[in-house]
Amino acid sequence: MVSSTDPPVAMAVARASSTAVAAGARPPQAPPLRRPRGLRRKLELTLLLGPALALFVGFVLAPIGIAIYYSLYNWSGFGPLSDFVGVHNYKLALSDPVFRSAIAHNLTLAALSVIIQLPISIGLAMLLNRRTRGRSLLRLIVFAPYVLSEATTAVIWSLMLQPGGFVDQFLKAAGLGGLVHLWLADPNIVLYTLFIVITWKYVGFGIILLLAGLQGIPAELHEAAALDGASWWQTTRRIVLPLLGPTIRIWAFLAIIGSLQLFDVVWIMTGGGPANASVTMATYLINRGFQSYEFGYASAIAVILFIICFVFSLAYQRFALRRDTRGALTRAVG
Amino acid sequence: MRSIRTSAALAVAATAALTVAACGSSSSGAGSGGASNSGSSVTLTWWNNATTNPLKGVWQQVAASYHTAHPHVTLQIDPIQNEQFTTKIPLALQSSNPPDLYQQWGGGQEATQVKSGKVMNITKLVAPWIGQLGSAAEGWQVNGQQYGIPYDLHMVGFWYRKDLFAKAGITSPPTTLAELNSDVTKLKAAHIVPIAVGSKDRWPDAFWWEYFALRECSTDTLKAAMKAINVSNPCFLKAGNDLKAFMATHPFQSGFLGTASQQGAGSSAGMVANGKAAMELQGDWEPGVMAPLSTDKTLNSKLGWFPFPAVTGGAGAPTTLLGGGDGFSCTTGATDACAEFLKYIDSPSVQKKLVGAGVGLPANPSAAPALTDDTLRQILSYSHASPYIQNYFDIAFPTNVGQAVDNAVANFFAGQGSPETIIQTVNQAASTS
Repeated sequence: MVSSTDPPVAMAVARASSTAVAAGARPPQAPPLRRPRGLRRKLELTLLLGPALALFVGFVLAPIGIAIYYSLYNWSGFGPLSDFVGVHNYKLALSDPVFRSAIAHNLTLAALSVIIQLPISIGLAMLLNRRTRGRSLLRLIVFAPYVLSEATTAVIWSLMLQPGGFVDQFLKAAGLGGLVHLWLADPNIVLYTLFIVITWKYVGFGIILLLAGLQGIPAELHEAAALDGASWWQTTRRIVLPLLGPTIRIWAFLAIIGSLQLFDVVWIMTGGGPANASVTMATYLINRGFQSYEFGYASAIAVILFIICFVFSLAYQRFALRRDTRGALTRAVG
Repeated sequence: MRSIRTSAALAVAATAALTVAACGSSSSGAGSGGASNSGSSVTLTWWNNATTNPLKGVWQQVAASYHTAHPHVTLQIDPIQNEQFTTKIPLALQSSNPPDLYQQWGGGQEATQVKSGKVMNITKLVAPWIGQLGSAAEGWQVNGQQYGIPYDLHMVGFWYRKDLFAKAGITSPPTTLAELNSDVTKLKAAHIVPIAVGSKDRWPDAFWWEYFALRECSTDTLKAAMKAINVSNPCFLKAGNDLKAFMATHPFQSGFLGTASQQGAGSSAGMVANGKAAMELQGDWEPGVMAPLSTDKTLNSKLGWFPFPAVTGGAGAPTTLLGGGDGFSCTTGATDACAEFLKYIDSPSVQKKLVGAGVGLPANPSAAPALTDDTLRQILSYSHASPYIQNYFDIAFPTNVGQAVDNAVANFFAGQGSPETIIQTVNQAASTS
């Protein structure tokens, strides 16, 4: 279900691979060919593009089409599709307060990711980019949570966050007993608790991306700035951040898409509760689809989720990523 | 540009051909088993939820001994994790080769599955022996037709810790709601969490509303509500109000909205197992859930059971029970051998094996003597005395309505909505099913 929203990413990959294929076919071939060039080229393209294209059509495009078809029916998942209801499922979904709050939760998490995770990631990446003792170890520690599966993360944090659990004991021991809350049981804070867990899990990934970006900044620029008497802040503001731009934009893209599709951690830790206080579009989709057997309705939710992600991806690529990919993707394709 | 297009088309055609070839061979291979006659050899694929012992071992024994007695029937067991059935069954029943035999909880969920046309009507095949099970088999009927059979039964009631009751000065388990309320007060005074509930999973919340409905509604009203898929009768509203009043006494642990029911020592089962809470409204399976969550070897002797207390003024009999059971359905591709095998599963010898393994209460009452645990014997005798056993609402109703019950009651537990909204949500879900 969630994978049906992957097409933007898959499409980008497909595009990238198609350009790679086109480039790969070009290198000059020294010996003269017996077969006509055209046929060989076709054969190469067929072999290289074929499997990816078939997978893409079979597992991305076709499911989207089928989901759209199902979404027009009132269907329990059993028997023939006979109860055609048109766009009724969509109307129902968009007027359902639970689904609306799910969209709001996803958007909140996406916004929080950019506002809070980004500065943390940049700060830690710059810190870890310095030559310090045990730098690799620190990097490893920061990156470790990302390696854990989401299910493992969710189970560990559920145990730590239960009333009187590790987090509460830790806060009390640190003299911060007043901060103890019902982390997962209080509808007012559960979404933020989940955000902390997600941040813990994904900040390592952002740091690794940004570290790679930082290493791509030529040392000469730092030296030149230092010779000109630029302060640390000036260097950061005028050289590091602008040159990190492409990395930041890619990270933000992944973070926002990830927030929109968020499922595993929420499903395991709260199931979307209490009282739908942490419901996301994806958990709502699974609840109404595979738990309530309202497959027509759930398909409509899936299509809406897909449209939101798709429109966002297109807009983001068009407006935010365009300058990063100019000449590489935009021109070749568009 | 053009050449790319042609090769793309070629590529799609080539891979499509490959895919079709691959799919074709696999489906013809799997289909060969179910279609044969009872005379020649038959392989029945069997999806059950026994991924762990002891049940896993019991089913293996049962399959082997059945094969020995009927050499032409081979059972291919495919254990599937319990929660996966909700996702696997709809897909399997839409496909051309569903399993021959699969886990079935009956009720409205079964009725939803019957719509697929792939579930076998076994009414005639089981008619000679189904009477042995008594009214228990009714839970696996759809419009009076038998589409599945139970192999064990479950009853919901209060599990409590005798030691904590004694500590709070409670001499005997409560029999009325008033007594339960006063026991809650006594336990609180002794600084003991009176009742643990696993609200994160939603269905344990629903037990509460359902039991209040069982006490407020007469058996006829309950039966009619299940049949009409409608909870408009005022008794259901009274049930919600009872629940509201009961919850106002704050009988549950702090943070119960985030508590799981079965996973970990912090779950509601774990709390009772570790002496952190005195009571839990749960199924007869609970001691089995509690055992691995505690290191206390003498836990079983500390646990007691009592039925949901009587509610004064309610139209329901105070002895009515909420329960359900596990069973199996055959699919239309399976042969009569499948129904024959179901008969074997409900035969006294297999039933005794199941009871001996502590799986649950026997579907076939003749296996009752094999029940050794005193508490389970108490529950079983109570169920025999009960005038009516109401299936859990989330199973009894069609799936989407059942889930609406769980969701609405869980929201109510979280302080969202009122007794009225529970009724509205459930009836609204029913109107679309």
